[in-house]
Amino acid sequence: MNLKKTSNGYLLNTVVIVLLFTAFQILTKVKGSDGSFKLVLVPSLWQCCYLMVLACSLNLVLGFMGQLSLGHCGFMAVGAYTAALLSLACERSGFFTGKSDPMFLLVMIASFLAAGTLSALLSLLVGIPALRLKGDYLAIITLGFGMIIVNIINNLPFCGQDGLALGSAAASLYKNGLGFGSKAKVQFLWFALIVTILSLTLMFMFVRSKYGRAIRAIRDDEIAASASGVNVAGFKVLTFAYSGFFAGIAGALYACTNATLSTSSFAFTNGGILNSTFVVVMVVLGGMGSLTGSAVAAAIMFFVNYQIKNGTWVDLLPSSVKGIFEYPMLVYALVLIVVILFRPKGIFGSYEFSLQNLIPDLRRAAAQRKAARQERKEARANG
Amino acid sequence: MVEKKTPVLETRKLGVTFGGLRAVSNFNIQIYPGELVGLIGPNGAGKTSVFNLLTGVYSPTEGTVLLDGVPLNGKKTHQFVQAGIARTFQNIRLFKEMTVLENVMVACTKDLSYGLFSASFRTPKYWQQEQKVAEKSIRLLEICGLSDVAGLPAASLPYGRQRKLEIARALATDMKVLLLDEPAAGMNPTETAELLACIQVIRKTFGIAILLIEHDMSLVMNICERIQVIDYGQTIASGSPEEIATNKRVIAAYLGE
Repeated sequence: MNLKKTSNGYLLNTVVIVLLFTAFQILTKVKGSDGSFKLVLVPSLWQCCYLMVLACSLNLVLGFMGQLSLGHCGFMAVGAYTAALLSLACERSGFFTGKSDPMFLLVMIASFLAAGTLSALLSLLVGIPALRLKGDYLAIITLGFGMIIVNIINNLPFCGQDGLALGSAAASLYKNGLGFGSKAKVQFLWFALIVTILSLTLMFMFVRSKYGRAIRAIRDDEIAASASGVNVAGFKVLTFAYSGFFAGIAGALYACTNATLSTSSFAFTNGGILNSTFVVVMVVLGGMGSLTGSAVAAAIMFFVNYQIKNGTWVDLLPSSVKGIFEYPMLVYALVLIVVILFRPKGIFGSYEFSLQNLIPDLRRAAAQRKAARQERKEARANG
Repeated sequence: MVEKKTPVLETRKLGVTFGGLRAVSNFNIQIYPGELVGLIGPNGAGKTSVFNLLTGVYSPTEGTVLLDGVPLNGKKTHQFVQAGIARTFQNIRLFKEMTVLENVMVACTKDLSYGLFSASFRTPKYWQQEQKVAEKSIRLLEICGLSDVAGLPAASLPYGRQRKLEIARALATDMKVLLLDEPAAGMNPTETAELLACIQVIRKTFGIAILLIEHDMSLVMNICERIQVIDYGQTIASGSPEEIATNKRVIAAYLGE
C-alpha cells in the first residue's frame, strides 16, 4: 500500500514535470525572439538553474549531514572550467562546428559529466582528510580550498585567457565552446531545465535511501551512528563527493551562461550572488534539510539580487532609502535577519514540498494554525 | 576441563591507560551464548570504560577482545557492531529528528547492499531491500512495544520508551552480544518492570547474550545469572548473585570499611 502511494507520487510528479516542460517548450517557440523574454527571462532562468543545483548540493552536506562546507563555489569553479575547456578543446580539434552541429549535444553532455566527475574527485581528495576528523575542520579546510583553487586555476597555463594554450586570439576563454549567447540560451533552455530536474531528482533519491538515513543519523549523533554499525567516515566522504559532483554540474551550467569565465566570480571577494558564503545563506534561508527549500531559496535570492540591481522601482525610492541599495550585502543581511526572526528554521524547515501531499499538508497546517489561534484566544479569556 | 562451549564474547587481560591513569586493567570476562551477565561496581570504577573497550570506542592498550574466538584488534566501532556487538548508552543517544522507524532502519544499514547507482535510479534491488528492512524494523518495534509510534519523531517519546527504542535499534544490528549501559537509570518502578519484561522477551526470542551495567541492585540480583564486580578498573569478585551479595570485598567497595 505504501509502495503504491510512492509510485503514484512518482507518476504525478513525472506528469506535472512533463506538462510544465512542454508548456515551456511551446512558450520558447512562440516568444523565442521576443525582447524581454530573450534578454531577461531566459538568462534569469539559466542563472536560477545553476543556483538551485548549487544550493541543493550544499544542502546535502550542510543540512542533511550537518557539516559546514564554506568552499562550495570552489568545486563549482572546477566544474565550470572543466566543462569550458573540454568543449573548447573539442571545438578546436574540429569535433564539432557551431552550436547547431548535432555533435555539439554529445560534447555538451560529455563536458557536463566530466565537470561533475572531476569536481567529485577533487571533493573526495579534500574530504578524505577533512571528514575523518571531528568538529569544524571541514569548514576550515574548505574555506582554504575555496581560496586556493582560484589561484591554482589562475596559474594553470591552459586555463588562462587563451584557453588550452592553443593560441586563440579571442579574449574570451571559450566563446567558441560552451558559452551561450542570448539566442543560444533560448535554444538550449530545455537542456538546462532537464539537467536541473535530473540533478534535483538524483539528490532526492540519494536523501531518500540508506545514504540519506545514514547521514541524517550522523548529523543527529555521530557516536550513536557508529554504534549502529554506520561507517561514519565512509558515508561522510561519499556524501561530500556526491555533493561535489552536483556542484560541478552547477559549474558547467554556469559556464554555459557566460561568454567568458573569470576566477574572480568564484572568489570570496565576489560581491555578487555567486559566493560560497552566499550559498550557505541560501541553504539556511530555505531550511537545512529541505531540498525543495533550497531550490526555492535560490530562486528567491536570485530574484532579490536581480531586483536590487536592475529593478526600475529602486529609482523611484527616496534617495535616503536608495542609499542602502548601493550596498546589496546590507539588503541580504536584512532579509536574513527577518527570516531568522520569524522562521528560525528557514522558510521550509525540514519540510519537503510534494505535489501529492500538498493538499493534506496544507489542511494540517491550517488546522494547526486554527488550534494555535484558539489557544491564544482561550489564554486571553482566562486572563 | 569443565568448559562446555566457546564463549561468544571473551576478553583476555584487557586494559586501557589514559596518560598515567589505568582506567581498566587485567579485565577478563567470558560470556556464553544466551547468558545474562551483570557488571557492577561503584561510580568511577571503570564500567563504561569496559563498554567502550568492548565496542571499539577506545582501543585497548593491552589485551584483546574476542568474539566467537576471533580477535577484534584494530577494528573500528562500526566494524565491532557489524561483527556482532551492539550497545545502548547510559545517557540516551537517539537520532532525535528522525522518526522512530527510521532510527531502527539506520541500524539495518549493513543489510542494505545496494550501491549508489541503485539508490539513485531506484532499481528493483533497492525496492526489495528497503521493503525487507522496513518489515524487519517494524517487527522489532512490535517486539519492543513501539509499533504505535513508528511515525513520530524519536525526541517526542517519553523517557522509558526512548530506552526501549534504543534497545530496538541495537537489536536491528543482528548482534550476538548486547551491551546495556544502565538501562534502568532514571526510570520509575513501573518503567523498570516494563523494561525487565522487554529484556526477558528479547532473550527468549533472540537467544542472545547480554552484558548489563546497572546500579539498580534489585534488578541486577533479579535477572542476572552471573555478576562480575569491578572497582578501580580491577575485577574484585565474580560469581552468582548470592555469592556476590555476601562477598566481603564487594561490600567493602560499596559501603567502605
